[in-house]
Amino acid sequence: MKYPLLEVRIVTKYFPGVVALKQVSLTLEKGEVLALIGENGAGKSTLMKILAGIQQPDLGKLFWNGKEANIDSVDAAMDLGIALIHQELNLADNLDIGSNIFLGREPRNKLGIINRRQILEESIKVLERVGLDFDPNTSLTRLSIGQQQLVEIAKALSMNAKILIMDEPTSSLSSKETARLFEVAKDLKQQGVSVIYISHRLGEVKELADRVVVFRDGQNSGELSKEEISHDRMVQLMVGRDVSRLYERTSHAPGEEVLKVTDLATPAFPGQKNSFSIRAGEIVGMAGLVGAGRTELLRVLFGVDDAVSGAIEVGGNPCHFHHPKDAIDAGMVLVPEDRKGQGLVIDWPLDMNGSLPGLDQHLKRKAFIDKKHEVQTAETMIGDLNIKTPNRKQILQFLSGGNQQKVVLGKWLALEPKILLLDEPTRGIDIGAKEEIYHLMDKLAAQGLAVLFVSSELEEIMGVSDRALVMHEGKITGELPRSELSEESLMQLATGQELAATH
Amino acid sequence: MKKLLGITGLFIAIFAFTAYQQENFVSARNIENLLDRTGLLGILGVGAAFVIITGGIDLSIGSVVGLVGCLLPMFVIDQEMPVPLAIFLVMLISAGIGLAHGLLITKLKLQPFIVTLCGLLIYRGIGRFLTADQTMTFGEQHKGLREWATGNIDLPMLTASKGFSLPMPFLILFVLMIIGSIFLNKTVWGRYLLALGRNEQAARYSGIKTERLTILAYVICSTLAGFGGVLFMLDLNSVQPSSHGNFYELYAIAAAVLGGCSLRGGEGSIVGVVIGMGVLQVLKSASLFLEIPDQLEFTIIGSVILLGAIVDEVAKRVVHRMRQAKQHS
Repeated sequence: MKYPLLEVRIVTKYFPGVVALKQVSLTLEKGEVLALIGENGAGKSTLMKILAGIQQPDLGKLFWNGKEANIDSVDAAMDLGIALIHQELNLADNLDIGSNIFLGREPRNKLGIINRRQILEESIKVLERVGLDFDPNTSLTRLSIGQQQLVEIAKALSMNAKILIMDEPTSSLSSKETARLFEVAKDLKQQGVSVIYISHRLGEVKELADRVVVFRDGQNSGELSKEEISHDRMVQLMVGRDVSRLYERTSHAPGEEVLKVTDLATPAFPGQKNSFSIRAGEIVGMAGLVGAGRTELLRVLFGVDDAVSGAIEVGGNPCHFHHPKDAIDAGMVLVPEDRKGQGLVIDWPLDMNGSLPGLDQHLKRKAFIDKKHEVQTAETMIGDLNIKTPNRKQILQFLSGGNQQKVVLGKWLALEPKILLLDEPTRGIDIGAKEEIYHLMDKLAAQGLAVLFVSSELEEIMGVSDRALVMHEGKITGELPRSELSEESLMQLATGQELAATH
Repeated sequence: MKKLLGITGLFIAIFAFTAYQQENFVSARNIENLLDRTGLLGILGVGAAFVIITGGIDLSIGSVVGLVGCLLPMFVIDQEMPVPLAIFLVMLISAGIGLAHGLLITKLKLQPFIVTLCGLLIYRGIGRFLTADQTMTFGEQHKGLREWATGNIDLPMLTASKGFSLPMPFLILFVLMIIGSIFLNKTVWGRYLLALGRNEQAARYSGIKTERLTILAYVICSTLAGFGGVLFMLDLNSVQPSSHGNFYELYAIAAAVLGGCSLRGGEGSIVGVVIGMGVLQVLKSASLFLEIPDQLEFTIIGSVILLGAIVDEVAKRVVHRMRQAKQHS
């Protein structure tokens, strides 16, 4: 009888006060790419930690090639051949490729000195397997993030990995690097290496996976074979309900022009002048590849960076923003890309974060904080935006990404802005919260706000925008009304090509 | 809150222990002395706290005290300036020093450690040069001003019965403490300062003018250092340009850290700084009374601060773990 390479049988895992995994099972064959999907908190990372030997199951068993396996340490997992590739790369960027691959297990000669030649020989072998054509002496800093990731994979292969677990591997990769990664995964398949692939990007899952296992709330929610994989099916299993309403919109007629940008050039692309305008009640999506200059544009609009040239008009008045405060006073606010670093003070409670931008507009006796107003703002935010939190004093670090994002939005909405800028608004957020944010954007537009959002998910651009601007290397290459939005047209403009002749 | 109770308890413990061992520790004279030292150095500590809360540091505090100690007598005696003008000028110079620090740190993005370390060296040298290392003193002049600034205030009942009167520097510190505490915790600017210390980028993205606020913190610190310098000069009436104010910044920073200011920025308590300085001074006094050799004075102070930091860190982890356990329930 043929056994699967790995079997997880009815595993349960408890943490203080919560059941992280409830009787989950899965199997993995040799040379198979298995995608594991589910909302944040569904239990995917917990199971991967168990497989990597970082945690142990409380109930249930693991089987390797039919034989019971007790993975009680990271070493035990590595001995079996299970390698976990983290989202944040575990490489030393002050060393070269070869040193990184053998970090911690450098082959030594009899005198105890590192055997450099063996490192070079062995490194070349594994680098070939992942298709990286670099001299192992090359410093790691000369590699792009995508290439560094391939070094991590090479490292795992040099430890004879039979299973590679990849957790959100493409979140910081360009689309070219993602395509490369997929090629490598397919090559590894043929070499007999199995891959467990965790991702929120369902499009990628569809392209790469042989099979999909879905977790929901710590339990198995379903499995899809290659033929059965579809976006809607996956979402349905992840959320447990029909989410075809994900991009449901109300119709809203755009009003007056609120933002007009003329010949604006950012410090990152000083030669590229861009002009566009946004009207009240419109949702404009900004598409483009990573590095196209969209975030840079938002930063100039919000006053974080100074424009190299060009003019900005808000509500018909010419503006010169030198600091975010200027933009905020003009009615334009930004939900930044980096929630933890720029959007919020993560160690602070919800109410203090919520009141921060508006403190100087509600002064008690000219200098004192109006506590009552702070409480009111927090309670209103929690209610209107449906923020899941035990109370308004909860430290934001303990809220989920989706709820944190709602706090960022809430603190701005309290100021009644005219223009809402959003940079990757649903990055790192599970599908349930995504839906809420899309509905919120729709509602705000209906109320008369102008919304400009940057997104790297084509599906999101197509689903939410009234029209889309596409950027390529610092220049807006085209504009597409909702009726003409398609993956092909967006991708063409994003890669700098002219649009194919319209039908 | 817990931290404040902790260091208050520490203060009481040290005080009680020494009082038990040596009766005359609790004399009026000694307590006055304790309050006097706490007051003078505490003013420096409050200034340091503001800078530490922004995530920076100021190593030049002692040298500013030294410089002021040289300039004030120079202005009043050599230049024959009226005393109020001299004091005003000296404070202006101190504020200017703070402004210079702030500008270098915010506009040129230099590290606070480097900027103020250089300040420590530069201001000391200037003071010594201008006075040619001569001991500076008011002699018998301006006795009235000196007594007013550093003398004692008679308190009803206590003065008559126990011979205890409240040293002026402590009263000044107390007022500063109230103002500083209200500023930090109740005003918008204080909240902005805490935000900027905790996460400068997020503060800027929320519309807070972080550069201005940082400069303000350094100006406050150096101005208070100058103010303390004036009081020290009046109190001691004999200043050695080469050594006056030496190590004062360490006391100031130590008091701030003991009092709850994290060197990472974003948190702190002005009341804590005052209590912290009290702990340091009572330790010093206790070592004297318990006849601990004064070579060990620094060792004891350093050990107590280290112990305080360790307890703080361990307590933080315990609280964090308890919080996490609560999250999962």
